Amino acid sequence: MKAKELLFKPILDDNPIGLQILGICSALAVTSSLNVTLVMCIALTTVTAFSNFFVSLVRNHAPGSIRIIVQMTIIASLVIVVDQVLKAVAYDLSKQLSVFVGLIITNCIVMGRAEAFAMKNPPIPSFLDGIGNGLGYSFFLIILGVVRELFGSGKLLGFEILPLVTEGGWYVSNGLLLLPPSAFFLIGLIIWGIRAFKPAQVEHDEFKIAHNSTKTAEVL
Amino acid sequence: MSSKDSIAKTLTVATLLCVVCSVIVSTAAVMLKPAQIANKELDFKRNILSAAGLLDPASSVEEQFKNVVVKMVDLETGKFSTEVSPDGYDQTKAAKDPSMSEALPKAADIAKVRRVENYAKVYIAKTDSGKQVVVLPVRGYGLWGTLYGFLAVEGDMNTVVGLGFYDHKETPGLGGEVDNPRWKAIWPGKKLFNPDGSVAIAVIKGSVNPSAKGSEYKVDGLSGATLTTKGVHNLIQFWLGEDGYGPFIANMKKGKA
Repeated sequence: MKAKELLFKPILDDNPIGLQILGICSALAVTSSLNVTLVMCIALTTVTAFSNFFVSLVRNHAPGSIRIIVQMTIIASLVIVVDQVLKAVAYDLSKQLSVFVGLIITNCIVMGRAEAFAMKNPPIPSFLDGIGNGLGYSFFLIILGVVRELFGSGKLLGFEILPLVTEGGWYVSNGLLLLPPSAFFLIGLIIWGIRAFKPAQVEHDEFKIAHNSTKTAEVL
Repeated sequence: MSSKDSIAKTLTVATLLCVVCSVIVSTAAVMLKPAQIANKELDFKRNILSAAGLLDPASSVEEQFKNVVVKMVDLETGKFSTEVSPDGYDQTKAAKDPSMSEALPKAADIAKVRRVENYAKVYIAKTDSGKQVVVLPVRGYGLWGTLYGFLAVEGDMNTVVGLGFYDHKETPGLGGEVDNPRWKAIWPGKKLFNPDGSVAIAVIKGSVNPSAKGSEYKVDGLSGATLTTKGVHNLIQFWLGEDGYGPFIANMKKGKA
């Protein structure tokens, strides 16, 4: 696969959130303000890229019986390093992200890509695949972050865009958007949009419900 | 079975991986530790200054903090104490240590702090106009977790200078609005005690009518955050009460702390 494909395919064609439905939990939790969302995107992209890289490096040596543990150890170590770096460099943001950086360890995208891609491909393509999937995740998160912060608190990155009624403006904020469940509705709408635009992503029904036969009706 | 899956290989890979990962993690932790501690302390000091209304974003926090005197207060007697050195004293940690704190009976524990430390670390600063500001660390349970903050009062121990929380787990946009500068701006000038000395300040539901009687004792609640509002109300009541800074405040008023 070409580098371009690895990097950009996960944004619309094979989005980790939109098509693979991975990483929903953090998409709900960290998107109520755009600032936090961006840091989370960078952190997750870094972790996915490097975990893919290292998992791919050891893929020919990792025994099948402990391969998941090997992946987890690599991912957990990377996440701890990212968390420590954030605490040292961007203390205010790390305070807002609190547990969610630590929870990257359990983010399905990281493990999903390690198991699905990095175990079968060489390090460099795996690294690119990690960045690509991180970008796909970021694409969703940034949309969520923009909508939720703009309409939930009338701001973007902390700057006032829609002056709130409570602060003397005209905009009545939508409190629901600040709560995690609102991200569910938004994700649903975005997935709908993507699948209307790319019908190939629509999943086929696993089975078809048969029509009622007239015979049964007669028996009854 | 291929050589990759032999038991010896499995054990070697597992051991090697763990050693490599732990070295990386501990190196990162040790190397970044000084920066992290510095950040934490800076944040703490910034919050103290900000509660006292003295924070000037243009100049360095360290420089401004030099004017702040740190003192230990024995919460039981309400007097300044020299028995414990304020350097390196961590009040939050002390509150969890049975040898440095006392458990509260349930009925008295309105702010759900569980244990109260024997000594509190208070910060005394002077404003540019020469007024004294006393910053008291406070904490209490909100909706999702404990709110940690500072209540700054004027030298008369009755007029609020500011209130701010440096650590909390409230919902952003709802309970998290305790950080909203507009809400924080309501606090300065409010009075804490009735003329008879009982705690009067209250965070109420809805907004306060500024022309009504007693409005100087009342603060607007946060809309959409009933439990956080209650938490803030309770923690203020608690820390101003007998089990909190009550005795210290009484002594300060008499000038005998």
